[in-house]
Amino acid sequence: MTPFSSITSVAAVLEEDDVDTDIIFPARFLLLLDKAGLGKHAFHERRHARAGTNQPFVFDVAPFDKARILIAGRNFGTGSSREQAVWALVDFGIRCIIASSFGEIFYANCFKNGVLPVLRTAEEIAELQAAGRAGEEIAVDLVNQTISSASGLAQAFDIDSFRKDALLQGLDEIGSIHVHDMDDIIAFEARQRAGSPWLYLDGRKQSFFDDLDEEKALE
Amino acid sequence: MTGTPAKALTLYEKVWQSHVVKTYEDGAALIYVDRHLVQEVSSPQAFAGLIERGRALRRPDAHIAVADHAVPTRDRQVTLREGLARKQVARLVANSERFDIPYIPMRDRRHGIVHVIGPELGFTLPGVVLVCGDSHTCTHGAFGAIGFGIGASECECVFATQTLRQKQQKTMLVRFEGERPPGVEVKDLILAMIARIGVGGGIGHAIEYGGSAVRALSMEQRMTLCNMSIEAGSRVGMVAPDEVTYEFLKGRPLAPSGGEWERAVAYWRTLPSDAGAAYDREIVIDVTTLAPFVSWGTTPEEALPITSRVPDPAAEPDIKRRAKLQRGLDYMDLEPGTPLSDIKIDRVFIGSCTNGRIEDLRLAAAIVAGRRVAPNVAAIVVPGSAAVRIQAEQEGLDKVFLDAGFEWRESGCSMCVAMNDDRLAEGERCASTSNRNFEGRQGKGGRTHLMSPSMAAAAALTGRLTDVREFPAAQ
Ligand code: SF4
Repeated sequence: MTPFSSITSVAAVLEEDDVDTDIIFPARFLLLLDKAGLGKHAFHERRHARAGTNQPFVFDVAPFDKARILIAGRNFGTGSSREQAVWALVDFGIRCIIASSFGEIFYANCFKNGVLPVLRTAEEIAELQAAGRAGEEIAVDLVNQTISSASGLAQAFDIDSFRKDALLQGLDEIGSIHVHDMDDIIAFEARQRAGSPWLYLDGRKQSFFDDLDEEKALE
Repeated sequence: MTGTPAKALTLYEKVWQSHVVKTYEDGAALIYVDRHLVQEVSSPQAFAGLIERGRALRRPDAHIAVADHAVPTRDRQVTLREGLARKQVARLVANSERFDIPYIPMRDRRHGIVHVIGPELGFTLPGVVLVCGDSHTCTHGAFGAIGFGIGASECECVFATQTLRQKQQKTMLVRFEGERPPGVEVKDLILAMIARIGVGGGIGHAIEYGGSAVRALSMEQRMTLCNMSIEAGSRVGMVAPDEVTYEFLKGRPLAPSGGEWERAVAYWRTLPSDAGAAYDREIVIDVTTLAPFVSWGTTPEEALPITSRVPDPAAEPDIKRRAKLQRGLDYMDLEPGTPLSDIKIDRVFIGSCTNGRIEDLRLAAAIVAGRRVAPNVAAIVVPGSAAVRIQAEQEGLDKVFLDAGFEWRESGCSMCVAMNDDRLAEGERCASTSNRNFEGRQGKGGRTHLMSPSMAAAAALTGRLTDVREFPAAQ
């Protein structure tokens, strides 16, 4: 995972609440198999609205087309579990998202991709949005847990210490479990297999599925 | 054992505690995952991660793969047409083979939406931790399991370690009390709850559904209820297992059998919340006063009884909320004050992991029988699984729908997510039994009204949102 320690950038402001992952990354693009290149589909419908009816979306207005920080409202990233929503934002250039609450799966997905999601109150968000709209450069410093700007913005934020370290180091979580926790996992499985053997399907499953006709040769 | 009695625990806490592999210094836990349902949309990048780093899949017996989101619901006899969907399905087939997990093909009798087939197969069981790269995995909580949706990176972690690092959720008890009035379905209960607590109301909480109205529900109805927990922001929604649960599971192909069955049931009986267990939050909803609900906006909380009118933003004092209301109405192309039952529709979709099970189809068929779909309406029924389709065909429900002018399709997610050919055209309006009315959810520029299966059936017949209570089941 790409590490995150600090970032200084103009911030794109999205004033809406409850921006769901279907808005961030419409389902029809979920057919794409790679993470790279998804940025052009981020907020696709908002950026390609019916001709003439809408103002350009903030991602397409300089200097915000280069924004690395996104300031949203309440419940950002609600809805589906699609990690494509985070990948698309990362591919567009976003590395930090500030909101007053997040969809839980989206929030967890951010940390897996080197994106810092920051929780702020509605009042703090309003202050940040004002600075963002003014095109100010905003500095987000994960080490010191601060958000600041030249014009005097100075906020301190909380973050879970494990997640902070994981972001700072660009931790490979799977690798870390493999190194530190495997003995515990093996012991757990032995206990569970003895107490609840029905959870282990090896034999039963094999025989139930032995007549599956595979759709081979599709690729 | 003497001394202080054990702390009274909730269902969620019991299942959680029985899956803690280890607790870290910061209080987070490494949680063991018993079951993983794998679908085509959230898995390619997770498998790619394994392959890239040369990692093994730890426990092949804990996974089942099926393609449900992108597959077509007609013309299944021919192989998938060239295109992205075919590539995605092919990738799942190849990955399943490579990592030795069973893949259920779309023509197989066991095919269906992950959240429909998990329970059908007895893969979903009380007391397990079950995950899937899909937010509606909360559906499986209906069995007294902790089921939750995860992202693709977490899928990769489950493949490689069979565990996830998680923090324990707070708990919320939602009690539905009283008897449902005629015409009011489980879908109406959950829409009413979401309207009350809001789409963010459950964030951070594992919901447990209880109360007399929940105890009286069938297994399928409990699945509908738990399915939409995520629309209130809760990744987890649970119902305590009871005789209804055991009755449903007994004899399912992957459920325990013989002596193991007895042992399992004895264990499952210990799972319901202890008397006096404390919840962080508690809500009571009086079911006796509810009416059938429909959504009018673009979030699931924007729903009202069918007897209401489209809300008027001018009456909303809060500026932000007023703007949000207005945006919803603009997208949905609705005028404030319009009676909901005057809203004309173009399409009807009966299906999805919320309402694509046999009981749902029976409810809809009871309204449709002997009647005709309105002339300007295109209506489809998409069974949630092949088993549901076969059962419905045995009962003659396919004939009922076809005779009325519905299309009868094969299993899959279909127009719930519009990743295959089933989608709304720009500006079309749909009465849908699915779970999300987000902008563009059923197709770019499409407009979704969420409702129960019998409400959707009634809407198909009249061509407008309709109070099913004025439309009793055909005799
Ligand atoms: S039916 Fe809809 S909500 Fe359910 S799994 Fe499929 S796409 Fe998701």
